[in-house]
Amino acid sequence: MKRIQLIDIAHGRSGDKGNKANIGIIAKAPEYFPLLVKHVTADRVKAHFTEFCHGAVERFELPNLMALNFLLHETLDGGGTVSLRTDAQGKTLCAALLRMYIPLTI
Amino acid sequence: MKTIKIASGQGFWGDWLEAPVRQVRLGSIDYLMLDYLAEVTMSILSKQKKRNPDYGYARDFVDLIREILPDIVTKNIRVLANAGGVNPRACANAILAEAKKQGLADKIRVAIVEGDDLVNRIDELLDAGEALKNIDTGEPISRIRDSIESSNAYIGCEELVKALDAGADIIVCGRVADAALALAPMVHEFGWSETDWDKRAAGIIAGHVIECGAQASGGNCSLDWKSIPDLANIGFPIVEMRSDGVFWVCKHDATGGRIDVPTVTEQLIYEIGDPENYIVPDVIADFTSITLVQDGENRVRIEGARGKPHTDFYKVSTSYLDGYTAFGTMVYSWPEAAEKARAAADIVLERLRQLSLPLDRIHTEIVGVDACHGTLSGPASEELSEAMLRVAVHSQDRAAVQRFTREIAPLVLSGPPSATGYAGGKRQVQEVMAYWPSLVPRSAVKTSFEILETS
Repeated sequence: MKRIQLIDIAHGRSGDKGNKANIGIIAKAPEYFPLLVKHVTADRVKAHFTEFCHGAVERFELPNLMALNFLLHETLDGGGTVSLRTDAQGKTLCAALLRMYIPLTI
Repeated sequence: MKTIKIASGQGFWGDWLEAPVRQVRLGSIDYLMLDYLAEVTMSILSKQKKRNPDYGYARDFVDLIREILPDIVTKNIRVLANAGGVNPRACANAILAEAKKQGLADKIRVAIVEGDDLVNRIDELLDAGEALKNIDTGEPISRIRDSIESSNAYIGCEELVKALDAGADIIVCGRVADAALALAPMVHEFGWSETDWDKRAAGIIAGHVIECGAQASGGNCSLDWKSIPDLANIGFPIVEMRSDGVFWVCKHDATGGRIDVPTVTEQLIYEIGDPENYIVPDVIADFTSITLVQDGENRVRIEGARGKPHTDFYKVSTSYLDGYTAFGTMVYSWPEAAEKARAAADIVLERLRQLSLPLDRIHTEIVGVDACHGTLSGPASEELSEAMLRVAVHSQDRAAVQRFTREIAPLVLSGPPSATGYAGGKRQVQEVMAYWPSLVPRSAVKTSFEILETS
């Protein structure tokens, strides 16, 4: 099966909300949005971030922006000021998500 | 239809100092809004106020006003900032003193907004039956009662609107919701009613777009970042709001950066939860209701915003002391840079184990290999030119963290070779401020505004 890396079809931004990380990804073209909806599920995102995310992953759709927003609970090592990590606020987690490969078919 | 221009001047305390100066000088604007407060800021300001009752606000803001005061008087630009921190009155008095020095005290009216600061009202609220439970864990606030440094309700635009109605030129507030700084001028100018939820939602979405400064005009943009022109002279975003709730995001001509649908969309999805229910004190905004259209160069039109009635609660952010932390670093060069850094990490961990320090968390990462993305980064290249070990610890025991700070430098003589870069000064033990999010009924928070008299 042909696969594609998310970095080639999406861009986005991530940040912190307490100990939750928010990762928003946006399709680079309208034809890519259905691929994101189909393959970048909350379960896949949870599995992708197994090392970081110790809680639930919620997914929200923004078809008007061709975007998906993920809320990753218990993911920032206690939150921005408590975390011992360099990336305490999850600023690079969007890039980490864009490492994911998905099938190129609906 | 009437349109007003609201410019963003700071996305956080520490943002580019030139940005607000350029916003008032490089083109015409009606309002300048500046966001100085992150969660961590309130606890820092609270500590400063404890040491000196005249402190507790963002002094950068007074420096800024000193510089732009003649401009804002001449151009009739009104300024809204949450730079007041935990002491809006002291901040406003410092501004008035500055205006007096410049002979402009009779030309500006300075207002403060108060009531958000709950740090001296915690016991009263607890006595009244408010548990201030942590909204994430459900625990009552009594667990951290004795460690509280600051406690503030995120309030809405109401008092800011009243201050503008009363003729204020500069409004200094504390923990007002960031986007409400942008909504206030719209409500003041257009007379949007308290239940005009769609227009209020438009104003909050506009505020959300510009509250993080240049993040809406090409900064930190992950799409084709190399193609974004002249980031050195990036223009901070400006909202042109029309009285019907349709708005444009733009920037001054002859500035760098880019405003297009992708750059604005990245900011729209930043730090949000459920996009259909973006809860702020003034409204619940629906981010799935809007459409974005490129409407000229560096100009995006946003319309269709829908909103719902606000909740009966304010969010309260309480900071409390939660132990101590420190970190240390050591750089290793080729060959086998990553392997050396990992070996050094193991040495530190073993030495810490032998010390039996009461550390409750120890974190090691290799900057250049896995610090940002963990194992998602894949294996490090053997040809990696350099790698930096970073070890961080946390403990409730300050002495334990202090002892840890002595464990990094010895690696340079007693660990793997080609170690360097450890001479960054003595590692400091830092207090850790943690956050306790809770809710309080709106009726329990009494907000007010006041136009200060020049003495």
